[in-house]
Amino acid sequence: MNQINKQTLSQKLKAYKRSPLSFLLLILVILATAITLLTLLSLVGYILVKGIPYLSLKLFALHYTTENVSLLPALINTIIMTFLALLIAAPLGIFSAVYLAEYAKRGNKIVEVVRITSETLSGIPSIVYGLFGLLFFVTTLKWGYSMLAGAFTLAIMILPLIMRTTEEALKSVPDTFREGSFGLGAGKLRTVFRIVLPSAVPGILAGVILATGRIVGETAALIFTAGTVANIPQNLMSSGRTLAVHMYTLSSEGLHVGEAYATAVVLLFIVLAINSFSAFIAKRISKG
Amino acid sequence: MKKYKETIMKYIFFIAACTSILSVALICFFVFVNGIPAISKIGVFHFLLGKVWRPSNDLYGILPMILGSIYVTAGAILVGVPIGLLTAIYMARFCNKKAYRYFKPAIELLAGIPSVVYGFFGLVLIVPFIREYFGGPGNSILAASILLGIMILPTIIGVSESAIRAVPNQYYEGALALGASHERSVFFVLLPAAKSGVMAAVILGIGRAIGETMAVIMVAGNQARMPNGILNGVRTLTANIVIEMGYATDLHREALIGTAVVLFVFILIINLLFSVIKRRAKS
Repeated sequence: MNQINKQTLSQKLKAYKRSPLSFLLLILVILATAITLLTLLSLVGYILVKGIPYLSLKLFALHYTTENVSLLPALINTIIMTFLALLIAAPLGIFSAVYLAEYAKRGNKIVEVVRITSETLSGIPSIVYGLFGLLFFVTTLKWGYSMLAGAFTLAIMILPLIMRTTEEALKSVPDTFREGSFGLGAGKLRTVFRIVLPSAVPGILAGVILATGRIVGETAALIFTAGTVANIPQNLMSSGRTLAVHMYTLSSEGLHVGEAYATAVVLLFIVLAINSFSAFIAKRISKG
Repeated sequence: MKKYKETIMKYIFFIAACTSILSVALICFFVFVNGIPAISKIGVFHFLLGKVWRPSNDLYGILPMILGSIYVTAGAILVGVPIGLLTAIYMARFCNKKAYRYFKPAIELLAGIPSVVYGFFGLVLIVPFIREYFGGPGNSILAASILLGIMILPTIIGVSESAIRAVPNQYYEGALALGASHERSVFFVLLPAAKSGVMAAVILGIGRAIGETMAVIMVAGNQARMPNGILNGVRTLTANIVIEMGYATDLHREALIGTAVVLFVFILIINLLFSVIKRRAKS
């Protein structure tokens, strides 16, 4: 776009002199971007600088005690929780995207309803999910504060995300693939599982990674479903806090601010890792 | 046999597609069934317009929290929309490809940072800053607005950037041909053409801000009284639920679920607005 009005610096300056408004707009735009980036830098920088000195081996002890508020149990819980929630949500989300993209006919009423409900789901705040989890999984189904209740609540929360990304990935698979498969005599089911889904894997994976990011950062939906017990749960029906919940309780108790900084550092590293992984996959998609 | 398998799997896919319908139905059912009786017991007007929230005296008025949520959200929009929109314009039309390769992941990182980390950042940096330079307790509407404004930035930037990029390039070229400068073409031709996309971004941002819980709790002070002044504390609807749900019983508990009903209705209205605007943008 810069090809059509290439100017030298002096020409540009002259143009700005004629039109101070343009110059003002340019300054505003640059200023706003600088504010955005500086905010990010100061947030990450401040937490790293304050938090890294508190990262000690002691914080990675296997057991949480009141003297040593170890974050390792919470880290392990986060991994378990992510795994569980994905185990529930990924098949459901992928299958439902397969239905929307491959099976549903145009103008199907159900499809319209599914789309509206999944849009609604993605707009519901996490605290409402948490409350629903408390009312349904914890109280009505009598699961109590448990990893399982938390995982189901989170699974519903990430379902629309996985559905949407998978559907987009399926739609970007060219129709010639399907026609070729049908032409070789494969049925619809075989075409879906052998041809369409494998070629959509990077897109699906990108959605799953995004969902992982949301699970790792979630607090409000977990406090009243998975509870806040700070050790590794005995089984799926006992309570356990994830890293984000751990950080919230530490900072609201106010006794272990240093450890809260350290937990924030660990959370930031996880998010950074997730983001770079998803960027890596996105690059592979665009390369084809 | 093969035909059999095809049909079974088709139904399995169909059932999977219905889970989102089922989830929304279950969420609505459980939240409304548990919340509405309390609202009618307290009285709709006493509940929505009552100025005092004092569960120990059986006074359940959530007007302070409704106003709290509205003020904080409005503040977040005031902070986040101008910065976000201008950044989006920069990303879409000013920045060269090389810089874009660094800026885009930065914005994505901003979107990925968990809300507790934002809340903690607000608690250790924004709150003391406000206490120092503006006075008051620090935990305030102002602190919550700034923090939420930062948190909705990635949403605003992402959606409005793609809206601006979606405007056909002929618009821009036409403006240039008429003698407008690059900046004028972008601001007075491209931006108005992307209006509905930008509106969608703002509405999405409002939804994010009003539903945000943990970060707000950590910086807003959470006093359950009518908001007075942006330097004083305030409690939002979301905060009200999280803070008291742990120990509430009976009517108090139901009143908290009633709070969630009000929040839910707000969100449904925002969602509806969003999809209306999106439809209009398409047609």
